[in-house]
Amino acid sequence: MRILVAVKRVPITGGKMVLSEDAQSIQTRHLGFTISPHEECGVEEAVRIVEAQGGEVVVITLGPAEAEDQLRECMALGADRAIHLVSDEEWDAQATASALLDAIRSEEPFDLIVFGNESADAGNYQVGIRIAYALGLPVVTGLKGLTVADGRARCEQEVAGGRDVYDVPLPAVVTVKEGLNLPRYPSVPAKLRANRKPVDARPVERAAPKLEKLRLVVPEGQGKQAEILGHGPDAAPAVVEVMQKLGVA
Amino acid sequence: MTVLVFVEPDDELSLQAVTLARSLDGEVHGLSIGPAQAPVDVLHVAEIEGTYAPAASAAALVQLIEQLAPTAVVAPGSDRGNEVLAHAAARLDLPMAANVTDVRGDDVTRQRWGGTLLEEARVHAELKLLSAAPFAFPVGSASAPGRVETFVPDLTGADTAVRVVETVGASTGGVALADAKVVVSGGRGVGSSEGFAILEELAALLEGAVGCSRVVTSAGWRPHTDQVGQTGTKVSPDLYIACGISGATQHIAGCKGAKKLLAINDDPEATIFSHADYAVIGNLHEIVPAITAELRKARGG
Repeated sequence: MRILVAVKRVPITGGKMVLSEDAQSIQTRHLGFTISPHEECGVEEAVRIVEAQGGEVVVITLGPAEAEDQLRECMALGADRAIHLVSDEEWDAQATASALLDAIRSEEPFDLIVFGNESADAGNYQVGIRIAYALGLPVVTGLKGLTVADGRARCEQEVAGGRDVYDVPLPAVVTVKEGLNLPRYPSVPAKLRANRKPVDARPVERAAPKLEKLRLVVPEGQGKQAEILGHGPDAAPAVVEVMQKLGVA
Repeated sequence: MTVLVFVEPDDELSLQAVTLARSLDGEVHGLSIGPAQAPVDVLHVAEIEGTYAPAASAAALVQLIEQLAPTAVVAPGSDRGNEVLAHAAARLDLPMAANVTDVRGDDVTRQRWGGTLLEEARVHAELKLLSAAPFAFPVGSASAPGRVETFVPDLTGADTAVRVVETVGASTGGVALADAKVVVSGGRGVGSSEGFAILEELAALLEGAVGCSRVVTSAGWRPHTDQVGQTGTKVSPDLYIACGISGATQHIAGCKGAKKLLAINDDPEATIFSHADYAVIGNLHEIVPAITAELRKARGG
């Protein structure tokens, strides 16, 4: 089983969005970075499948030189090697799909290609689907359950009132959501091993975006003035009064 | 000029998408798979046999686009809306702007980070593919369409190859988080899995649901199905009670749809208070049981 997982480096945003001076990005000077959460579950799932059935997990990212940290995180979770498409710029979804596609085509075919349902930052909801169409593969999105056996993938999607199940032949593309599993905490030896695993870094040139980011804006509504109902348990009558006013008591 | 909107039956987000479509220039046509109620000028109802097949919905949408030559296609900002629109975008090799809150000519404003940040972007395409950000647009009446026409898409085997083969029941009982009128939600401040008992008691009394922040699910105190946030469930209750939640953007993205937010936190500087309508400062382990007792008293119990 050969599995490719696409991941993205994103900042850990904390409580407040602060923009860079040119409003092109959020200020990250004081922030840490991580793998976009849906995708971390994608890596964990791929590693579990390969641990059980044998094979290889390859991770790929499009991002700045620093994104190597996230590739190492993926390899500490158990991925075998990484492909790093190096670019400092932010790419739109079509150009991202196109660059990933070139890289995928340069490799031996994968049985399963895993994306996050949407990235934490840009939230475009489309790169995995574009890749599936370009490769002529079936695609199922938003997975909260995945079972791979006998050349097929049983895919479970959470919907109102239950789970929708899809059953597709491999090779296939899937996009996953957080909650698919609880990713492991990498051990120290796993982190050390990750430092020795290969990262294939390739420079890439960004095409002109068709969905062109002009600027970022922090939405209004942050900095609300809350009405203080009280301190400690003595506030309970005031809380109940509010509940009655809202018609939920 | 024509605007085409993809609608799903009995879906509030679809009606919000119609509101966005109505704000654009042109006659508003709708496409639904099976009958739906939507206040559009013309509703094209496509009959596709069997269960939901994303590519079949997209094939129908693309064929109707070819027939009507609209200037914009709008879909609801739901999982399915974004999915079908992304399939169409892939088929047409066109850009797609997901979770749009505003359109000005070729420029759109769209949500990033689950709506805690906005992006102004320019669409470089004749045909704009847009999904409407959830709860960014008011819902018009679910009145009948002006005219209903049957649309027969030409589907191939590939279009229907990936489809729902089975729907299995939810494992959790009680009020569904996404539909709850009241959500009592706990964060790191709850301290443990057992600490949620007082939140469950209050939620049960209010016939609401229990939610939690991402910290809580990562710690294994609650299942991920209870997680409210950008990567969990997005809720829109009448009242959201945030207990011991600091207010990270990850969490705010999931609860900003609430009509009112009450925050209970012992840190008066907590970010959550800048998103709250009501605040109680202090120890949630004392405050939550006091609210429960007061509520029982008020009900004469």
